[in-house]
Amino acid sequence: MIRFEKVTKVLGGKPVLDGIDFEINRGETFCIVGASGAGKSVTLKHMVRLMTPDDGRILVAGDDVGSATGADLARVRNRFGYLFQSAALLAWLSVAENVALPLREKHDVDEDEILDRVHKTLAMVGLENDGAKVPSEISGGMRKRAGLARAIIESPEIILYDEPTSGLDPVTSRTIDRLIGKLREDLGVTSVVVTHDLHSALAIGTRIAMLNRGRIAEIATPEAFMESSSEEVQRFLAAQYITKEAPWERDQQ
Amino acid sequence: MVTREPEYFPPAENFVAQLGRHVIFFCRAVGQGGLLFLQAVLAMRFALTKRARQEIIVQMFVSGIKSLGVITVVALFTGMILALQTGIELSKFNQEVNIGTAVMVSMLREMGPFMTGLILAACVGSAMAAQLGTMVVSEEIAALEIMSIDPVRFLVMPRLVAMSIMTPLLAFYTCIIGVIGGGIVGASQLGVSWVSYIDNATRFAGAKDLYVGLFKALLFGVVITILSCHEGFATTQGAVGVGYATRKAVLVSFLHVLILGYFVTRLFYV
Repeated sequence: MIRFEKVTKVLGGKPVLDGIDFEINRGETFCIVGASGAGKSVTLKHMVRLMTPDDGRILVAGDDVGSATGADLARVRNRFGYLFQSAALLAWLSVAENVALPLREKHDVDEDEILDRVHKTLAMVGLENDGAKVPSEISGGMRKRAGLARAIIESPEIILYDEPTSGLDPVTSRTIDRLIGKLREDLGVTSVVVTHDLHSALAIGTRIAMLNRGRIAEIATPEAFMESSSEEVQRFLAAQYITKEAPWERDQQ
Repeated sequence: MVTREPEYFPPAENFVAQLGRHVIFFCRAVGQGGLLFLQAVLAMRFALTKRARQEIIVQMFVSGIKSLGVITVVALFTGMILALQTGIELSKFNQEVNIGTAVMVSMLREMGPFMTGLILAACVGSAMAAQLGTMVVSEEIAALEIMSIDPVRFLVMPRLVAMSIMTPLLAFYTCIIGVIGGGIVGASQLGVSWVSYIDNATRFAGAKDLYVGLFKALLFGVVITILSCHEGFATTQGAVGVGYATRKAVLVSFLHVLILGYFVTRLFYV
């Protein structure tokens, strides 16, 4: 579905992505983990051409994103829903208006249908009673869910999550995790989750990639990731108090 | 694409390199501003859609009605100062009755559009740059682009249309209030009756003065909008960057109002 071929990106003389190669399959939840500055968000931004690679190619369902412009770029981007770290809701619009925005701006859809779809989508993320509120009136977790509702309103094939649980308490984080899993099951979407929360990645990921200094240190299933011989992976696991003996949240669910 | 990748530059090695970099940045900013203007003009074909109409009305309210208070005060006192200064000198030759002409022509040709331009640059242009800058920093612009919603069509075009309509109207309003201010000073301090003041004011001011003044105001409205939106979109470095973009938007708008004002006057009156 998404393929990175020797993608390199240099920012400020420093290689943020150093010839990375990986492929994300249709329908999987692919988690990208790593320390701050490892290149996780940069990787995500390359998928929707908010950044362009200095070298290499990024293919989304066969389309080269790096060279796409105009209508081609719009076609590629229409495959994606994107949940930003800050949710990126427009401050002067209500939650419902934010969610309805892509439908109103891009599609010739009847207003009654828009309201129906918005209500259904808000219900999916548990915000059916908060549509009239503006972003400043709701909590961080609710903002993320509202951002997620906006990301899925057009039924995208791929949803990109940029640090979906950052800044949230553990209970709300797990709620977001469950929501990501539910969307995958209900909508059959491909999910790419950038996070430094390994608990989250182990709970929701079908595969986990670890980025370290712009390179892929490991790509594996959660089980294999825990067994990885990579020094960086084991250091990262230990830093989050995750050991092989500790019960996974995956099991708890 | 409005969203820009972060740029990093090593320190310039010497003064010439520094100067060269500034020249390149200036040329790039001119090109980006011109492109933004063209994109906004092309997006005007969507100005009659329901959402665009609503947004244009909101922006007309923000740029026009909300600026009315400060514009009234500034216009009134500008007219009063003009009348007082010219009246004091003219009274030495018993010609104080001519303050009507002086105030009317000055307001129509220069002071009306000029004062309106400066006030809108400070009040509205700064708000535009700050709002768009904050949207860049909080990734709202990037979110629009990923949703394939053109930020120029969505954000710049309604502001451009609203400012293009409201700036000439506000400039005309400024002229009227300024003339009233001049009349108050004439009647209360210079002994010029309202009848002779208005008669004198309307006798020598021509239609050309009005049209050129309104054209100037239109130009100022367009330039302030494009410069402010451009600075907002170019914001980097978080909250500090928003402050910097706002300051730069006001500064550059002031300079353009001043310089354009001179060239338009030269074009039509020399």
